[in-house]
Amino acid sequence: MGRYVVRRLLQMIPVFVGTTLLIFLMAYTLPGDPVRAMFGDRGADPATLAHIRHDLGLDQPLIKQYWDYLTGMVLHGDFGTQIQSGRPVTDVLSDAFPVSMRLALIAFGIELVLGLALGIVSGLKAGKLRDNVVLLLTLLLISVPVFVLGFLFKWLFANQLGWVTPNVQDSMSVSELFLPATVLAALSLAYVARLTRTSIAENLRADYMRTAVAKGLPRRRVVGVHLMRNSLIPVVTFLGYDIGSLMAGAVVTEGMFNVKGVGYYLFDAIQRQEGTTVVGLVTVMVLIYLAASLIVDLLYAVLDPRIRYA
Amino acid sequence: MPDTLTKDAPAPAVEAATPAPDKARSLWGHAWRDLRRNPYFIVSALLIVLLLVITAWPGLFTGASPRRADLANHYLGEPNWGHFFQTDWFGYDKQGRSIYARLIYGTRASVLVGISVTALVVFFGGLVGLVAGYFGGWVDAVLSRVIDIFLGIPFLLGAMVVMQAFTDRKWWMVSLALAFLGWTQIARVMRGSVITVKQADYVQAAKALGASTPRIMLRHILPNALAPVIVVATIALGTYITAEATLSYLGLGLSDPAVSWGLDISQGADNLRNAPHTLMAPAVMLSICVLAFIMLGEAVRNALDPKLR
Repeated sequence: MGRYVVRRLLQMIPVFVGTTLLIFLMAYTLPGDPVRAMFGDRGADPATLAHIRHDLGLDQPLIKQYWDYLTGMVLHGDFGTQIQSGRPVTDVLSDAFPVSMRLALIAFGIELVLGLALGIVSGLKAGKLRDNVVLLLTLLLISVPVFVLGFLFKWLFANQLGWVTPNVQDSMSVSELFLPATVLAALSLAYVARLTRTSIAENLRADYMRTAVAKGLPRRRVVGVHLMRNSLIPVVTFLGYDIGSLMAGAVVTEGMFNVKGVGYYLFDAIQRQEGTTVVGLVTVMVLIYLAASLIVDLLYAVLDPRIRYA
Repeated sequence: MPDTLTKDAPAPAVEAATPAPDKARSLWGHAWRDLRRNPYFIVSALLIVLLLVITAWPGLFTGASPRRADLANHYLGEPNWGHFFQTDWFGYDKQGRSIYARLIYGTRASVLVGISVTALVVFFGGLVGLVAGYFGGWVDAVLSRVIDIFLGIPFLLGAMVVMQAFTDRKWWMVSLALAFLGWTQIARVMRGSVITVKQADYVQAAKALGASTPRIMLRHILPNALAPVIVVATIALGTYITAEATLSYLGLGLSDPAVSWGLDISQGADNLRNAPHTLMAPAVMLSICVLAFIMLGEAVRNALDPKLR
């Protein structure tokens, strides 16, 4: 186990360096001159431009700039500054992260309960009417983009039915987060349902199922214990990796419902065209995503011995 | 994320020894026969043909210009269901532009981005997957690490970073950004598929006969490894269209003189309460378009899946 953990942590190093380098290159080497853009259409004299470039370190060689960015991040926890408020990005994050975490957990709960329920209902009766209904429903959930679903729900539940307020007032209130969490969960819910369905439908034909039935075990035990334990392995894998992407992928949902999480501040920075804030936040979100998948991998190694000896 | 659609593990063939009832057909022959009977395939294929025709000749469907703004029509709203194909079929938006005309002309951005990203991704991702899978060893190790790095960045977040660097955004920039971040999905599928095919007897036979490496890769391995790639690529096309609309909605995709459903949705979102029709029309159109490609991909997957035969 110890060797597996060490190996997995060592593997993270090139991925960490690679992803940060990629973000850095995407953000700072593409055409477009942020310094010139500060002056708008009027332009500025070249000496001023050179001076600002020097102050910001933009006249350094690219590799030096990347090194500064990386060391600033690792050694000082420096992800840049939110331009609008002048606060460091890490400061903004300490407010925003608990909100995103809460939203992600509620979404995860919805995804888990509804996704598994739909998958089990349709998988046990593969090919029958209710299976086809579930297939069609999940097809729709996969096809409808998140922001379309969000506006549909907002219009229906807030404007037409008046059950909820259109925007979240208090980002920490669980009842207010319920609607955005449902929207956030919709896509993964459909994947969970389909994965469960396929897995159950396949395992229903397995030999051990026939044996269990032939032994005269009650149906409750055959389905609840024999079938579920074997069918849920791929689903649990998917769910594990999905936690990370739920936390990192809520930009649209949080922006749309005014939930003040990490994604909201990213959405806000984009709307204000604050490039450096965007890069700082994206870097943090990618790190969250990488950390979450690392934790899930380590948990699997605990649960499933086949992985750690592979 | 989208590749979970194809994650169904290959089950042991249950009826491997079925006596062939009709004459031996190729994989694609069987698939085509299955597809013609599948209502999902027929519906999605018809929809896609329609979308392609609209993309090529939007003028056939409406005489109105999507950019003609007449403030006298400002929010002249409710759709007139009886006025088929007329300028006021779905009402007018905030600027008094015909929503119907904007739906028709907006198709081009979505379909062009979807198809061009898919083409780029299949070409470059496929190439990387083919090389990594065929040569193995250190080539595979290096390419797989590169793929890991790209996979560490969520698709949409990465596209947002790339797009915020540009101010005057064109559809091909959006395509390049999406392809740059999306090729890994195809590369992984292709790599897995090539590794399986590489061990087949006919590849050994070709090697024994002294066929050159490019010939083996292109004539023997590629055609036989292509099926899963085509399925994943078709489904991914739908997700690329969603990604373009999402970027435009966030203000990082196409911008104003361009006509795009995502752009119209973001403008309609400001007036969700008093003029929901300005948002619903492009939202429904976008969903139908994505649905058509995902349905097609699933139909093709089911047809190519030997488990069901």
